[in-house]
Amino acid sequence: METTGCAITAHDLGKRYGGNWALRGFDLSVPTGSVCGLLGPNGAGKTTAVRILTILLRADEGTARVAGHDVATRGDLVRGSIGLVGQNAAVDEVLSGRQNLEMFGRLHHLGARRAATRADELLERFDLTETGGKPVGAYSGGMRRRLDLAASMITSPPVLFLDEPTTGLDPRGRNEVWSAVRALVAGGTTVLLTTQYLEEADQLADRISVVDSGRVVADGTPEELRSRLGRDRLDVVLRDAAALDRAAALIAPLADGPPETEADTRRISVGVEDRVTTLVEVARVLEEARVAVEDIALRRPTLDEVFLHLVGDRTEEVR
Amino acid sequence: MNDTTTRTAGKPTAADRFLWALADGWTLTRRELAHWRRRPGRLLVGLLFPVLMVLMFGFLFGGAMTVPGGGDYREFLMPGMFAMAMVFGVGETVTAVSDDAARGVTDRFRAMPMASSAVVVGRCAADMLRSTITLALLVACGLLVGWQWNGTLGEAAAGFGLLLLLRFSLVWVGVYVGLLARGEGAVSAVHLLEFPLGFLSNAFVATTTMPLWLGVAADWNPLSSTVAAARELFGNPGWGGEGWIAQNAVLMAVVWPLVITAIFFPLCVRRFRALGS
Repeated sequence: METTGCAITAHDLGKRYGGNWALRGFDLSVPTGSVCGLLGPNGAGKTTAVRILTILLRADEGTARVAGHDVATRGDLVRGSIGLVGQNAAVDEVLSGRQNLEMFGRLHHLGARRAATRADELLERFDLTETGGKPVGAYSGGMRRRLDLAASMITSPPVLFLDEPTTGLDPRGRNEVWSAVRALVAGGTTVLLTTQYLEEADQLADRISVVDSGRVVADGTPEELRSRLGRDRLDVVLRDAAALDRAAALIAPLADGPPETEADTRRISVGVEDRVTTLVEVARVLEEARVAVEDIALRRPTLDEVFLHLVGDRTEEVR
Repeated sequence: MNDTTTRTAGKPTAADRFLWALADGWTLTRRELAHWRRRPGRLLVGLLFPVLMVLMFGFLFGGAMTVPGGGDYREFLMPGMFAMAMVFGVGETVTAVSDDAARGVTDRFRAMPMASSAVVVGRCAADMLRSTITLALLVACGLLVGWQWNGTLGEAAAGFGLLLLLRFSLVWVGVYVGLLARGEGAVSAVHLLEFPLGFLSNAFVATTTMPLWLGVAADWNPLSSTVAAARELFGNPGWGGEGWIAQNAVLMAVVWPLVITAIFFPLCVRRFRALGS
């Protein structure tokens, strides 16, 4: 495995709880300055991997280096080079945003004065200046997560870990966090982020590693993976279930793969190659045939659909 | 990577590390002080609870209580109330520790290049400070309801010292329980334990008034030793009694907390390390 120029490398990592391997044969390399998305369902081992790489957990097997330091033997140096944003916003709810940042600054041994100025800088950078004096308990989910990000960036660590940074946030909070992460990446920080959402990995990551059952089952750029992860889908919802078969027959020649119909929801779902062209074409065909359409939309495949594809891939690998 | 520049500035010496540990501990102590400023109501309720207990036991139940060998019940009661306040402080410790663990704040500290001891040092310092304030308030309250120490100032200071020593040992019990059982359950479990531990002692009634087996159990309650020792040092009625444990209260008021600390401090360290396994 190529390790030079990589801020994070993991080789054959394993972690066992009782008789269950939460992680096994986990390999990863993240080039310096890039964003890697670990994509996988709950329980896939994403968080376990992050916890090992951030010295919160000891691996039972394998080796890993972060910012050039071995996680097993030089945990002290790794700690000085990383920031971590965990699944729940790990900030003090009673204190204000500014008090939190000053506290974390002092714990980074900045000294009282520098901790205070750094807190102000970070509040401004993460657009929290106005609410900086309010207790964190009164913050919205997005604000809390941005404060969490700010707390991880006290010393501008070269490597940042984000464990499901937008889980539980509303769309607005999610966008806030995404733009904050993009700004960090523009500053050259290497980021490893875990997510359950393909869209999030797609939005933020240069490379995506798909994790299942404790190991990486596929990786590549979002573009490379798209074909392997399944095409985007076009969903058409009809007003009248009776028209489903007729509409499906009309759509079939335009789509990539056979249409799936669902009578309960009056939905037809198809894979599409050329997204917008197909959308327009399908709408026109249905309009001409006077099929009443209630809703029509393009979407990324869901994680379930992605894994359906990958499970197929894996059985082929085994053979 | 820009971190190498700060890294090559030299490896920290043992003295540096010690000073950092102190500074980190102080930073986390200040965090607690800031909590008090942010939530004065909560602090006040916590401080007034023991005062309420004094008034309740001193005046509501006090008339029905007799002190073996004679003596004023409120003089008998106050050392018991002091010690009870030390026991009830454990709830605060458990709540704070389990909250931090459940919310991932402990993990954030563990992922930072700070002294890992600071987490418990800060906790311990804040709890001790809070208990000292509670104790001072209770002393004032006691003086108002007719309690006093009849010995020398030195003896009284030794009595307060033993009370705080008990609290110190219970900090580690609280930290251990808080780390063991993250989340809400831990706190209610501790409150559940505080009452039997507090009442199965000589804090409110003389153990000679209990059935024999219960009296023996109460005598061997570490809390009883501290209470009896405090009564002895303050010159308040009700100390002494039959049996070796009651005769050697001052000795045991030192031994018990040391034993508790010797058991629970290593457990805390192990539990803290086990967060990473």
